[in-house]
Amino acid sequence: MSTAGTQPSSADAALIARLRSGEQDAIAELYDRYSSLVYSVALRVLADSSAAEDVLQEVFMQLWRHPASFDARRGNLGPWLAVIARHRAIDVLRKRRPQTDVEEVVIAIDADLEGKAERARAAERVRASLHTMPEAQRKALEMAFFEGMTHTEIAAQTGEPLGTVKTRIRAALVALRRAVNV
Amino acid sequence: MTVHEQFAEDLALYALGSLEGETAVSLEQHLEECAACRQELARLQGDMALLALTTSGPAPPQRARQRLLKAIGREPRSLHTVFLRRRWWTLAPVFASLILAVFAIMLWRENARQRDRAEALRADLAQNEATFEQAKHLLALLTDPSAMHVTLVAAQARPQPLGKAIYMPRTGALVFIAGNLPPLMPQKTYELWLVPMRGDKPMPAGIFKPDPKGNAMVMMPPISAGVEAKAFAVTIEPAGGSPIPTMPIVLVGS
Repeated sequence: MSTAGTQPSSADAALIARLRSGEQDAIAELYDRYSSLVYSVALRVLADSSAAEDVLQEVFMQLWRHPASFDARRGNLGPWLAVIARHRAIDVLRKRRPQTDVEEVVIAIDADLEGKAERARAAERVRASLHTMPEAQRKALEMAFFEGMTHTEIAAQTGEPLGTVKTRIRAALVALRRAVNV
Repeated sequence: MTVHEQFAEDLALYALGSLEGETAVSLEQHLEECAACRQELARLQGDMALLALTTSGPAPPQRARQRLLKAIGREPRSLHTVFLRRRWWTLAPVFASLILAVFAIMLWRENARQRDRAEALRADLAQNEATFEQAKHLLALLTDPSAMHVTLVAAQARPQPLGKAIYMPRTGALVFIAGNLPPLMPQKTYELWLVPMRGDKPMPAGIFKPDPKGNAMVMMPPISAGVEAKAFAVTIEPAGGSPIPTMPIVLVGS
């Protein structure tokens, strides 16, 4: 188990260190590790393989150009890239300039998600949690996360009170956390 | 540390990028000050990452990898190491330090320049003081009545009256020193004349009486600058001096 804030000793941290010293092989290795995750997030949001490829390219170019933007002490690289990919894909979906400063994205996850197997296990637990949570709650979360809808837009679309939508979104996120930390 | 409940739901919306307007601004202000809420925001971002992990689909095409590596090969290395994406105000201390460093260098150079100038002035002053001291001693020697004035002449010869004029035409400065002058009647005086190069009318250059030993001196009489002198002469005139010389000439030199 590792938490954000602990000193990194992982292969990711070593790759990031090599990246900072300008080794092109390091970005290739990182790409091989995380391109599927980044691409699948972008594809899920955009439902367009060409646009998803562009996001994939952009995310890794961002990492290559500014390796210091990811601080290995502040979270796992895979989850961080997944969130960055989601934000950028939403920007593309909404046809707007990038809204998120990647340095502001700090990930805190108790579970160690560096290995592919650990990530797959965590994904299974999250999927199970999504299946068990109330439909309205899951839907509100997915509309917010994968479609980039604001809570106001979700409330308008579902006809539910704004406060209810807000509460559901937060409760859904916290439920995912609990599912993985069991 | 506990999360402030009033911000709990807004934090989730903020993590998703859904919070806008004044609510977002006031939450950002709160985040600046509240470590607990910053930590909760990081956890919510982690929750989002967990949701992202559930996505699955085909792997990206091979051409995407080649495209990335090709693009990276074209990127100059300097851009990667030098440029970090930061908010401008996070670089403010760097800019301030640079400005201070430039300022310090400018001040240091100005200080060095002033120090050199002060040293040059001190050297000039020391030289001027030495010159002044020398001139003062010379003047004291020349004007002190107790100083010995000895005129050397050929042995067995009787000392004759003599005079020496030191004149600088450019400034009109004149010093005249005489010795072995015979004493005068009380109603008489010696008068020094400057005979100009142009025109033959001598110009009065001061009256004087010798001391009991026959020595006399004329210092800096009022003569206009730029008058070239052909000769100097001394005559005996009525007390108070004359506008034109009275013969005979006692001393003359050219």
